[in-house]
Amino acid sequence: MSDINANVLATEAAETIEDLAESASGLFNDVDRDRVVRYGSYLAMALVFVSLVGMAVGLDGRQILFWINPDVYVNHPDGQGLSLGDVALWMWPLLLGWAATNEVVLEGMQARVRGVSDLVTGFLVGALGGLGISFLTFLMSVDREINPENGVPAYGARDPLVNWNEQLYIMLTFNRGWTFALWAWPLLAGLLAMVGASFRVMSDPIRKAITAALISVLSVSVFQFLVDDLLEGVGETIADPGRISNFFESDPSLGRPRVDSAFDPLIDFLYAKTGGLRLEGVILVAVVAAALSLVASYLVRGRVKQARQAYFDRPLAERTRSSALLMVGVALALLIVPFFTGSIINELLANVGIFLLLALGLNIVVGLAGILDLGYVAFFAVGGYTTAVLTSAGRGESWPSWVPLLVDEGEPVVGGWLIALVLVMVFAGLTGLLIGAPVIRMRGDYLAIVTLGFGEIIRLLFLSDWLKGYFGGAQGITNIEGADFGPIGTVTGVEPRSVFYLVAVFAAIAIYVSWRLERSRLGRAWMAIREDESVAEAMGINTVNMKLMAFVVGAVLASFAGAIFSAKVGSIFPTSFLILVSIIILVVVIVGGMGNIMGVIAGSLVLIGVLGGPKQPGLLQEFSEYKLLIYGVLLVWMMLQRPEGLVPNVRRSRELHQEEFLQDAWLKGEVDTDDEGDDVATEVAPA
Amino acid sequence: MTTAVRAKGAPRTGVDWFLLVMRVGLIAFIVIGLLGFVAQQIDPTNAWATWRHGDEGAARLSWAQFQGLVVTGLSQGAMYGLIALGYSMVYGVLGFINFAHGEVFMIAAFTGFIMSTKFDQAGWWDSGAFIPAMLFTIVVATIVATIVAVVMERVAYRPLRGSPRLIPLITSIGVSFFLQNAVILLFGPGAKGYAPFPDWLDKDRINIWQIGESDTGVPEYLLSVENKKLLVIVVAAISMAGLWYFVERTKTGKAMRAVAEDKEIASLMGIDVDRTIVTTFAVGGAMAGIAGILWGILFKSVIATTGFLPGIKAFTAAVVGGVGNLGGAMAGGVSLGGAEALAPLMVLDPWGIEGPSQLRDAVVFTLLILVLLVKPTGLFGERLSSEDRA
Repeated sequence: MSDINANVLATEAAETIEDLAESASGLFNDVDRDRVVRYGSYLAMALVFVSLVGMAVGLDGRQILFWINPDVYVNHPDGQGLSLGDVALWMWPLLLGWAATNEVVLEGMQARVRGVSDLVTGFLVGALGGLGISFLTFLMSVDREINPENGVPAYGARDPLVNWNEQLYIMLTFNRGWTFALWAWPLLAGLLAMVGASFRVMSDPIRKAITAALISVLSVSVFQFLVDDLLEGVGETIADPGRISNFFESDPSLGRPRVDSAFDPLIDFLYAKTGGLRLEGVILVAVVAAALSLVASYLVRGRVKQARQAYFDRPLAERTRSSALLMVGVALALLIVPFFTGSIINELLANVGIFLLLALGLNIVVGLAGILDLGYVAFFAVGGYTTAVLTSAGRGESWPSWVPLLVDEGEPVVGGWLIALVLVMVFAGLTGLLIGAPVIRMRGDYLAIVTLGFGEIIRLLFLSDWLKGYFGGAQGITNIEGADFGPIGTVTGVEPRSVFYLVAVFAAIAIYVSWRLERSRLGRAWMAIREDESVAEAMGINTVNMKLMAFVVGAVLASFAGAIFSAKVGSIFPTSFLILVSIIILVVVIVGGMGNIMGVIAGSLVLIGVLGGPKQPGLLQEFSEYKLLIYGVLLVWMMLQRPEGLVPNVRRSRELHQEEFLQDAWLKGEVDTDDEGDDVATEVAPA
Repeated sequence: MTTAVRAKGAPRTGVDWFLLVMRVGLIAFIVIGLLGFVAQQIDPTNAWATWRHGDEGAARLSWAQFQGLVVTGLSQGAMYGLIALGYSMVYGVLGFINFAHGEVFMIAAFTGFIMSTKFDQAGWWDSGAFIPAMLFTIVVATIVATIVAVVMERVAYRPLRGSPRLIPLITSIGVSFFLQNAVILLFGPGAKGYAPFPDWLDKDRINIWQIGESDTGVPEYLLSVENKKLLVIVVAAISMAGLWYFVERTKTGKAMRAVAEDKEIASLMGIDVDRTIVTTFAVGGAMAGIAGILWGILFKSVIATTGFLPGIKAFTAAVVGGVGNLGGAMAGGVSLGGAEALAPLMVLDPWGIEGPSQLRDAVVFTLLILVLLVKPTGLFGERLSSEDRA
């Protein structure tokens, strides 16, 4: 009996083991090896690149959150929290683990059930990528030589590679030597990538909740400055409502005694004194965000879609009215914000506004008319220099006396800036015609490079000794007076809030003008030219005049930005008008969404506000060294993945994805390509 | 055909009149400048010169200065020509301006810098081993440039095949931005000096036919060329000849020309279009790589922004010579280099413009505008497929 039992047990056990082995091998069979190798190498390259360009070490100084309560461990050594540098490394396994398990669901095909194999794929991708860093640390340890005299390590490859240094070595090895990094990095990256891949396995509401928690913790910690500033401002106003006084009055944060804010306890609860979210803060933010997201997914599920559908079912006029109302609401909210923020945030908002104005102008030229103008900064420069010449006592001495100087004994003249603005418009328009006329009939790419040339010519002329008597050469023009509006106040760079309001007025004008133009005969002509110039011409559009109009409108908007810029900064130099500026504005327009006003606004808020302009710091001041690199990567990535931008223009994205649209329509049987089309469509796509 | 030139028989519009005035004005400016230059060479205090320069009149240009400028212009022009070949070939085959080509050139110059300092540390650079070290440097820089160009094509441009024209152009701006800033972050933002070259290359000159002596007793020659400039011109000429042979005489070159003419038909003829395009990028990258080392020899230092302006100038050279036309690219490069070196003193100075050499880059761009206004197909004509002319 017992023998039989034992036999049965043995066979059962053998079967179980076999099953297990089978399922384990099945697990690995489900993993797409090519994909693992491909994404793993991408990850390794990304990690090594981020380390070697110095992002990891450079951002390591900014602690953004703590695992352990920093108040308990006051002198926190490394490893008790997460720095921005850690995030710069850790985000890649997460993202690539997620990307590696992406699968295109084909129309009419059964989607594969997600499971453990996804997690395994994620882990393998991460481990392979982590090996990249292990290898890097190994190379570094080989290259590392400790000076026997003072014990300071030196690196041979430090000579060309500036970031190949001890700090990087310590950071990558967690100060435990390369043998630790050898297994720690594949493990860490593997786990992170597995977490990334696990997002594919989770159910929808849970995934949303975790994503919400992650993103909120990250943004609350990374944008600590903004949150802090806003909470403080609002709190102070609640504690002392009389604080909001005059429209253009100087910032209360400047020179006024600090009032205890009503939100001080919250700020102290969230953030550590040394900067960074405290553990309790992390938990609070994560829990609140996750709870909100869960509530949203259970309560609102499906209703958003319905509401959207209902909205789009309404007649166009009604929709336009409601979106206009929404815009006005958002604008009003934006107008109130500067009352609660300190001067740094207001300065930032003013910069965003100036670039928004530029981007709106370029959006008309590139987005609507399809003219790739790479010398757009020229109009900005013309606006700035014209204003400077008219409103600065420090302008060049060669100007004849009949050129008006709208300054009175070192004081700005009331309305002088507005008078200057009229001339600015005239000159910008003329420059637009001058630059536009020769290039207007060229091929798109020739046009790009010739406008770039014009932009450089104009900058070089402002810089040259030849015109030094007029524009001051490299020394530029200084002592530019602010814009004096008499009783309303004077706009100068000292009071960023006033600049913000001035910019806001012009941005509003620009938005209104672009919005009206887009729906006008002129705007439709531009779009027709963008889509096909020959056809547009055949339809009776005077393409030359229309394109010139685009140039002129764009030029005038940029010159407004220039006029505000010179009043804000108070001095103007040729180095403010490098080609770089043109390209950054182009990135803003493209990333935001070419041809879409909301997109351009979003683009300038996200890029200029967060990363910063060519010389202006953004919210993430730590990134100022890396922002141009990020701009480059963003431009390429957007062009490859989403050429229509973050907030796409419907018509333009249809143009860009014409083939896909046609294919979809064909699959759904909406288009009769030919007689057989219907039959094929019904076969391929079962309703 | 969309160019600055009015179609035959079309009525003149306001824009046409404006362009006519612009053309006539620019040409008149140049011609008057040149005449003024001739006049001030003959008599520095002639009426024009005293009007433009004040009573002391203009400064005369000596023969030594003049021929020095010509040689400088030629050597830089040869370098531009080498870079321009890459632009020209890519434009001929794919029909877009590869903005990032200038960065390939810069990366080659950077590789040269790294190699030269490492060789210098190893003690090879200023010893008898200089020539093999230099040759090795050239080979490595060329290979690196080729790899960068090929990877760039694979990652950024191949997925965009068949998208609207401006998309690859914008992408290439992004690639250029990325490469430039990656180099700044990897190797630091400062200018990097090459290890000093031996005197026979850097300082010695070849002098031909003494024609007299200057006031201080320095002999003046009909032709006095620094060895490095001569080397640059010779290397550029050899590379050009090699490329010409490759494109015109080999099977791969024939495939390249076929793809440039018509991709679809070429693929029907059994040509692997993708591979041919990669070859085009590789060859263009190799030429830029050689040009990068030549830059190092000429200027002895490199900075991450080195690639941008020479890149645009090289594109200008390609346009001046006629895009898609290889001989034209080289000739365009040489004429552009010459114009850049000579025009400030021969055109701008007679007009009394102060600091004319500051406006050197402006001269290049004005030349580009002028060529596109007067003869948009370039001096030697374009060789493009019909779809690229749209």
